[in-house]
Amino acid sequence: MYACIFAPGNLEVLIECAEGFSPLIEAQPPDMVVFDARGLDRLYGPPASLAAEIERRVGVPARIAVASNPDAAVHAARGFAGVTVIPAGEEARVLAPLPLNLLGGSPEVAELLHLWGIRNFGEFAKLPPLGVAARLGQEGLELQRLARGEASRRLKTIEEPLEFEASLELEHPVELLEPLSFILGRLLNEICERLTFRALAANALHLRLKLEGAPDHTTTLRLPVPMLDARAFLKMLQLELSGNPPAAAVLLVSLRADPAKPRRTQHGLFLPSSPEPEKLEVTVARVRHLVGDGNVGTPRLRDTHRPDSFEMRGFAPSAYTGTATVMDTPRAPLLSLRRFRPPRYAQVLVVNQEPVRVSSPTVNGRIVMAKGPWRTSGEWWREDAWRREEWDVALESGELYRLSMETDSGRWFVEGSFD
Amino acid sequence: MGASVLQLREVLAARFDVPAGLRQKPEQDVLRTGIAPVDKLLGGGVPKGSLTEICGAASSGRTSVAISLLANATQQGECCGWVDAGGVFDPASAAEAGVELGRVLWVNCQGNAEHALQSLDLLIQAGGFGLLVLDLGDTPVREARRIPLASWFRLRHAAERAGTALVALEREICARSCSAVQLELSRKAPLWTGKRLSGLVCQGESRKHFRAQVTDFEVVR
Repeated sequence: MYACIFAPGNLEVLIECAEGFSPLIEAQPPDMVVFDARGLDRLYGPPASLAAEIERRVGVPARIAVASNPDAAVHAARGFAGVTVIPAGEEARVLAPLPLNLLGGSPEVAELLHLWGIRNFGEFAKLPPLGVAARLGQEGLELQRLARGEASRRLKTIEEPLEFEASLELEHPVELLEPLSFILGRLLNEICERLTFRALAANALHLRLKLEGAPDHTTTLRLPVPMLDARAFLKMLQLELSGNPPAAAVLLVSLRADPAKPRRTQHGLFLPSSPEPEKLEVTVARVRHLVGDGNVGTPRLRDTHRPDSFEMRGFAPSAYTGTATVMDTPRAPLLSLRRFRPPRYAQVLVVNQEPVRVSSPTVNGRIVMAKGPWRTSGEWWREDAWRREEWDVALESGELYRLSMETDSGRWFVEGSFD
Repeated sequence: MGASVLQLREVLAARFDVPAGLRQKPEQDVLRTGIAPVDKLLGGGVPKGSLTEICGAASSGRTSVAISLLANATQQGECCGWVDAGGVFDPASAAEAGVELGRVLWVNCQGNAEHALQSLDLLIQAGGFGLLVLDLGDTPVREARRIPLASWFRLRHAAERAGTALVALEREICARSCSAVQLELSRKAPLWTGKRLSGLVCQGESRKHFRAQVTDFEVVR
């Protein structure tokens, strides 16, 4: 069953009214909506009661029609004043007196029908379908089905754009983080409610603060997994803003969330546990606030031979599948390097092309064993190309270090210690 | 004598409704270091839910043992954290040793030991980590000793609740009674081949274990 409301110049009111009955609404601008009313008989009783309820709720003078298919309801609403209820199977009879111009169709077909003396739906419906098909083609057949009230189609429903944005203009500029947190909390709750309604989560949050006499302050929180926790979002935004506070008082707060499908995972009973992503994200934000941005994350090696070349990425451990091989046959452990960052500048005494003494603020002593040079170079096509010699040395104290010398400048550095 | 003890146990069990035998300590879950002599020395590996201290002077093999432990843990699917007070963790060495870097959260504290302790506290409270390493290897002994015993106790307690293997790399033992296992390492001899240092022979001594006390092992390049 479908219901149609026709009220010239009141499309927004009609949509609002239809939304109170069904989520499947087709708008026909400028003055009509059709909605799917199947199943509403359990709430409102027979179609006549539903039509009366629509009339009561719409609030403006309107023509209302209820029929078994959308087009019959549309034609009845356009053609008859007041409320029309078409019982199933009675469409052709009820629609018969309607004038033919309500059918639409091309001007050529309309002219032909006029020449044949066809003036209303009933007369057109009585024509033999084979003759109509032979003379008017596919379009004629479609129009005849409409005239008989037999056409059936799906509604072209209104698609709301999926935007999850909330903003608040402040009466007085806000300078402190605490009152700003209350506003952020309110906006986040609003956005999270909307996301929940759509069964979605957020994978990024964009905050824009309009400032008094200063350019806008913008921040983006990118989340490694989709989340829907207003408290966690608030904590992360608080940490972010306390680390990078806005330059001036805030006049307007605008928050936008990028929607994503929520994370659904099933953990194995016998697999190692891992941190909850939502909790971990807040923890990492706290640690980041403590030690600084860029100092927390997962290191990823770059595809280069340049020493100590890596980038920090967000920590998002992949789900363990249990396929990795555990080292049942132990291999010899590897000697690790503790890398000094930046490398420590050192003065090195070289005798017979071998370093014999190193002195730097932290590493000093006579070199008792030096092995090298191990020459490396790379990326000659770039401005920051490197050419160097590496030496592994043992000091008198027994400590083991890696020294390097920049070939171009002749400067020595202590790269790190072997441990 | 044996029969009378058994009878006494039966009487006590009937009267107090409790088993009167010796309580067996449940076997602890461990993470293997992947270095057979060290695992043997530690009674299987580094215990989960406890604090383990690995200490020694520079170039004594502390980092190599910890990296080997990290490699094993990540290969078993554990999420791990490396809280690096001195910022000296070398991802290239770690990857070469078999560490799955994607499962490691590295916190570079750039020389601030206090930040390292706070970060470790936050991570351990978050839960879910199989192994957390606190690297105080380059922190001066005086500074490391200033960490109050109460802090170590709190960390140990948190590790116990979270079931995390907590490992501290230091120059000297700092946590004293708070650590379940203390492994002291020292270098015996470097190994040289051609133009490079090819390895290191180390000695490990378990300070809180009643089985094998001292062992030698080799780390190579």
